[in-house]
Amino acid sequence: MTFKTLLLASAATAMMTTGASAIDLTIVSWGGAYSNSQNEAYHKPYMAENPDVNIINDESSNEAVAKLRAMNEAGNLTWDLVDVLASDAIRLCDEGLAMEIDHDEMLAPAPDGTPASQDFGDLIVSDCYIPQIVYSTTFGYRTDVAAWNGKEPDDICDVFDLETFPGKRALEKRPINNMEWALLCDGVAKEDVYDVLETEEGVNRALAKLGTIKDQTVWWSAGAETPQLLADGEVVMGSTYNGRLFSLIEEQDQPVKMLWDAQVFDLDGWIVPAGLPKERLDAVMEYLRFATDTQRLADQAKYISYGPARESSAPLVGKHAELGIDMAPHMPTDPNNAKNTFLFNYEWWADYRDDLDARFQAWLAS
Amino acid sequence: MTTTDTVSAAAPPADPPPQPLTTRDGIPLKVSLMRALRREKMRAMLLIAPLLLFILLTFAAPIADMLFRSVENGIVSNTLPRTVEALADWDETSGEAPGEPVFAALHADLLIATEKKTHTRLGSRLNYEASGMSSLFRKTGRRAGRMDEAEPFKAQFIDIDDKWGEIDTWQVLKTFSPPLTSGYFLNAVDMELTPGGIEMKPESERVYLFLFARTLFLSLTIMGCCLLLGYPVAYLLAALPARTSNLLMILVLLPFWTSLLVRTSAWKVLLQQQGVINDFLVWTGIVSDAGRLVMINNQTGTIIAMTHILLPFMILPLYSVMKTISPSYVRAAKSLGATDWTAFWRVYFPQTVPGIGAGSILVFILSIGYYITPELVGGTSGIFISNRIAYHISSSLNWGLAAALGVLLLAAVLLLFYVYDKIVGIDNVKLG
Amino acid sequence: MTESRGAAVRYENVQKSYDGETLVVKNLNLDIPPGEFLTMLGPSGSGKTTCLMMLAGFEPATHGEIFLNDSPINNVPPHKRGIGMVFQNYALFPHMSVAENLAFPLQVRGMGKAEQEEKVKRALDMVELGGFGSRRPAQLSGGQQQRVAVARALVFDPELVLMDEPLGALDKQLREQMQYEIKHIHENIGVSIVYVTHDQTEALTMSDRVAVFNDGVIQQLSTPDELYENPQNSFVAQFIGENNKLSGTVTEVSGTDCKVRLDDGTELAAEAVNIEGVGSRTTISLRPERVEFDTDQSMDNLVKGSIEEMIYLGDHIRVRMNVAGNTEFIVKVRNRGQRRDLRTGQTVEIGWAASDCKALDAVA
Repeated sequence: MTFKTLLLASAATAMMTTGASAIDLTIVSWGGAYSNSQNEAYHKPYMAENPDVNIINDESSNEAVAKLRAMNEAGNLTWDLVDVLASDAIRLCDEGLAMEIDHDEMLAPAPDGTPASQDFGDLIVSDCYIPQIVYSTTFGYRTDVAAWNGKEPDDICDVFDLETFPGKRALEKRPINNMEWALLCDGVAKEDVYDVLETEEGVNRALAKLGTIKDQTVWWSAGAETPQLLADGEVVMGSTYNGRLFSLIEEQDQPVKMLWDAQVFDLDGWIVPAGLPKERLDAVMEYLRFATDTQRLADQAKYISYGPARESSAPLVGKHAELGIDMAPHMPTDPNNAKNTFLFNYEWWADYRDDLDARFQAWLAS
Repeated sequence: MTTTDTVSAAAPPADPPPQPLTTRDGIPLKVSLMRALRREKMRAMLLIAPLLLFILLTFAAPIADMLFRSVENGIVSNTLPRTVEALADWDETSGEAPGEPVFAALHADLLIATEKKTHTRLGSRLNYEASGMSSLFRKTGRRAGRMDEAEPFKAQFIDIDDKWGEIDTWQVLKTFSPPLTSGYFLNAVDMELTPGGIEMKPESERVYLFLFARTLFLSLTIMGCCLLLGYPVAYLLAALPARTSNLLMILVLLPFWTSLLVRTSAWKVLLQQQGVINDFLVWTGIVSDAGRLVMINNQTGTIIAMTHILLPFMILPLYSVMKTISPSYVRAAKSLGATDWTAFWRVYFPQTVPGIGAGSILVFILSIGYYITPELVGGTSGIFISNRIAYHISSSLNWGLAAALGVLLLAAVLLLFYVYDKIVGIDNVKLG
Repeated sequence: MTESRGAAVRYENVQKSYDGETLVVKNLNLDIPPGEFLTMLGPSGSGKTTCLMMLAGFEPATHGEIFLNDSPINNVPPHKRGIGMVFQNYALFPHMSVAENLAFPLQVRGMGKAEQEEKVKRALDMVELGGFGSRRPAQLSGGQQQRVAVARALVFDPELVLMDEPLGALDKQLREQMQYEIKHIHENIGVSIVYVTHDQTEALTMSDRVAVFNDGVIQQLSTPDELYENPQNSFVAQFIGENNKLSGTVTEVSGTDCKVRLDDGTELAAEAVNIEGVGSRTTISLRPERVEFDTDQSMDNLVKGSIEEMIYLGDHIRVRMNVAGNTEFIVKVRNRGQRRDLRTGQTVEIGWAASDCKALDAVA
C-alpha cells in the first residue's frame, strides 16, 4: 500500500466516524450506581435504536449549577442534558440557565393516554424540570447495638433520644431536612413547620433541638459517608439517601435497617440547558421523549431503589436486575414506607436557604 | 602581601571620555549596540510569549475578574432601571413605602424583565440580602403581565404579595441599587449594609472572621507540623548515600501518587473511633473502650491528613538546600570545639533557613486554599474559609461573596508575605 | 614566639576499613614530634586523608590507637580534641562575617567578649587581613578566604593543626605564595602541622618531613631532600620529581654497588638500594638532570641513545631520547648557550655516575 492510499483510507475512516449524520450527546449525571442505572435503562436501549447517536457521560452533576453558569458566561455550552436535584433545577430556571419545558408537548403521554403533565402531577416543581425519580432522605440504624437493650428506633424523634438510643449519629452538614426534623421532634405540627422556621424563634428552637445531639453527631457532606460510617460502626444511626441504604442492606448485607419515618421526599430529574443550537436541541428532545416515558422510568428501578416519577410507571416496577428481589417494597413511595413522609418544600427553601445556611454554619462552627 | 588577591581595592577607572563613542560610520555606539541586540531580544520575547499569554489568560485575568466580581452589582439597575431612578426620590427613612410612580416604574421594568426572564435572577441576587426576595420576584413576574394598567399599580402589587407594601423590601432594593457595592465585602467580614449604615451582623450569623482566623491558625499549625516532621527526613535524605536516599525519596513522594479518596479513606480507617489506632490503644489498655479518642472529623483529623499531604512540599525544598550544604561545615564547627548541638544550631541550621522559608511558604499557601481534605476529614471544627468559598461558588451561587472572601484571603496571604519579607527577607528563600 | 608549643602525635598499628572487606589504611605506625610540619603525600585513594580524618576524630579507627601528647584519643569526640583544622574548601561559615567565623571557636569555649575581640584582631593581623573582619566570606577572594581559614584554625591556640589539601582551589601563583605564608606561620608559632596533599612540590616546599602514602601504606618517611635524593622504592622515585625508569636484571652485588644488565644487553653500574640479590629483576631510577651529554671516560655509565624530540624551555632544554629501548628517556640540559648542536635524530653518547642511578624494586 502506498503512502497516498494509506492517507486516503485513513481520511475515509475519519469521515465515517465523524460523518454528518452522527451526533454526540453529552449527558451529565451523578456517576456511580445512579449513572449506571441510567445507562442501563436509558442510554443503552436508545443507542441501540439510534446508532447515529453517541451518548457521552459526564459525571459533574454535583457542580452542575456552577458549571452551567460559568459556561453561560463564557458563551460556550458543551452540555446537552443535565441531571439535577429539584432545588437546583429551580435555581437554574430562575437564573435563566435552563430551558422552559412544555411537558405535554415535548414528552410522551402515559400508555393510557394521560398527558405527561398529569402523569408527573405536582412533581413538576419548576417549568424547566422533568422529574425522573423520587428518592428520600431517611435514617438507617444498626440492629446490633448492645446498649439499646433490644429496642429499635421506629420514630424520627428516636434520633434525638440519646437516653434510649445512645451512640453517634450521622447528619448532613446543611440545614435542609435537619431543621424540619428538629422542629417536628420539638413538638411542632407537620403543617406548621415552615411557618415556624420562618421566625427567628423557630430557627433558634430548631438549632436548640439539634444542639441536644450536636456532640454526638458526625456531619457528612457526601451521601456515601453515612453507609460507610454505619458499616464501620462509627455511628449507630444516620441520614442518607434511601438508595445508598438499600445497597448497604441488600447488596452488602450489613446489620442495618431503614427507619423510613419522616423520610423527606426529594426529586431528581432533567433540565435542558438554555441556548442549545437547534440541531443539538432536536436530538436532546428526541432522547428525552424516549428516556422519560413510562416504561423507561419503570426500568430504571430495576437497578436502583428509587421510585419512578410517573404515576403510570409504578405498576411496572419489577425485580432487581441482579439480586432478583422485588423492588416495590424498597421504593420510598411504597405505602408501607410512606406512612409518614415529608415533601421537601422547594419554594420555601429557595427563599430561606441563604439565610439559614449562614445561621447553620455559624452554629456548627461555634 | 602582594596585590594579586586584593582586586577589590583596585584604583577607580580614569576619567570618562568627554564625547560619546561612535562607530566608524558615525552612528553612536549605543544605538548600534541596541540594534545588534534587538534581534536577540525579539527572539527571547517570542520564546516567553506563550507562557506570558498563558499566565495572563489563566492567572491574571481570573484574579482581575474576581476583584471586579466582589464589588460588581449592576444587576439591580440593569433589570429595574426605571424603578431605581424613581426610587432616588424616595426617602427610605420616612417610614412609608414608596408611592405610585415607583410602582408604575416597577411594573414597566418587570414587563421587560419577565420577557427576558431576568427578574428571577434579580430575585436570587436580592435573596442573598433578604430572605423571600427570590419567591417574591418569581411570583410577581408570573402575574405582572396580567395587571390592569388602568388601576393603581401599588394596590395590585400589594395584592400579589404583602411584601411590596413593606418598607424593608424597598430599603433592600434601594440600598443595593448602585452598580457597585461594598455589600459582599462587608458580608465577608460579618458585617452588613443596612439603610442605617454599616453594622456588625447579629452574633448568631457571624462566621467568616472566625473561619479566617481558624484557617490561618490551622495553616500555621500544619506548616509547623510539616517542618517538625520534614526537617529530620530532609536531613536524612541529604545525608544518606544516593541509593538509599532515592528509595526514601520515593516514600516521601508517595502521597503524590495516591488518589485523594484512597488517602482519605486510609486515614479514616486508621483514625476513626472504631479504627485501627483506637482498636490498638484499647487492646493495649491505654484507653478504655468507652474512652476511644476522637481523631477524625475534627481539627486533629484535618491537621494529620493535611500534614501528610503537604509534607513533600516541605521536604523537597529543605532537601535541595541541605544537599548543597557541605558536610565540612559541621566538621569544621566540631573541630573548632562545638558540640554536636552547637554545630547544628549555630552552623547547620542557619544555612537551612532559606529552605525552611521556601518550604513553609509553599505549605502555608497551599494549605490556606485547601478545601477538599478539610471537607472530608475536618468535621465541623476542622473546616477552612475555602470550604465556604467553594460552597458559595458551587452551591449558593453567591459568586460575589465568594469573590470577596477570595480577595480577602489573597490580601491576607500578601500581608503575610510582606511580614515575612520584613522579618526574614524574601530573597532569603531558596527552592534548590 | 620561639617556644615550641606543638603537640606530639603517634599512630600505633592503626587500621581502617569502610566496608569490612578492604583495608584503606594498613597497619600505620607514625610518630610526629612536637612542632613538626609533617605532610602526608600520596595519590588519591592512598589513605592519607583517612589518616587525617581519624586524627581529627571524624572517622573512627577500625583497629589500633592514636595518641595525642601520649594520651589515647580514640574515644575523645572531635570537639574535645582541641585540634585546629583547615578544610579543602575552607568551610568558612557563609552566614557569619569573617570576625564571627574567627570568634566562633572562642565563643564555644566560653571566652569573654573583650578577649575574643583581642584574639580575633591578632589572628586577622597575623594573616594580614586586619580590615576585613566585617565582610562575609563570599565577599573575599580565594586567597583571602584561605587566610581566614588558617587564622580560624589557629585563633584558639591549638597545639596541632590539620590541613586537608587547603590550597587545592587556588591558582598556581597564589598557591606558591600561600605555601610560603603557611610555612612562615608554622615557623613563627611552632604548632605541629599535619598537612595532606597530592602535590609533591607543595610537600617538598613546606614540610619538615614527608610521609609518602600509597595503597594504605607509608612508602617512605623522610625529609624532602632525602626523599628526592634517596627514594627507597620505585613508587617514591616515580612520585617525587621527574624520573627515568630502566628495567633490568641484577648481575653482581658488592656492598652498596651493583651491576645491572638492561633488557637490551646494556650493562650499568648502580647503587643497590632495594634489590633482592643477583638474578632478581630491578628498576633503575635516574633523575633527568643527572645525565650529561659532556661525557668523559671516567664516568661510571656511558650509553648511546638517539634524540627523538627536543623541547626548548628557556632555562633548560628537555631532550627526549631512546635509550636502551626506553623511548621516554628524558634528559634535562641546562641552557648555558652551549650544546646547540644537538639535533633530532642524532645518536649521541650520554653518561652519569653510578651513585645517581638507584637500583630499586622491579615494577611491572
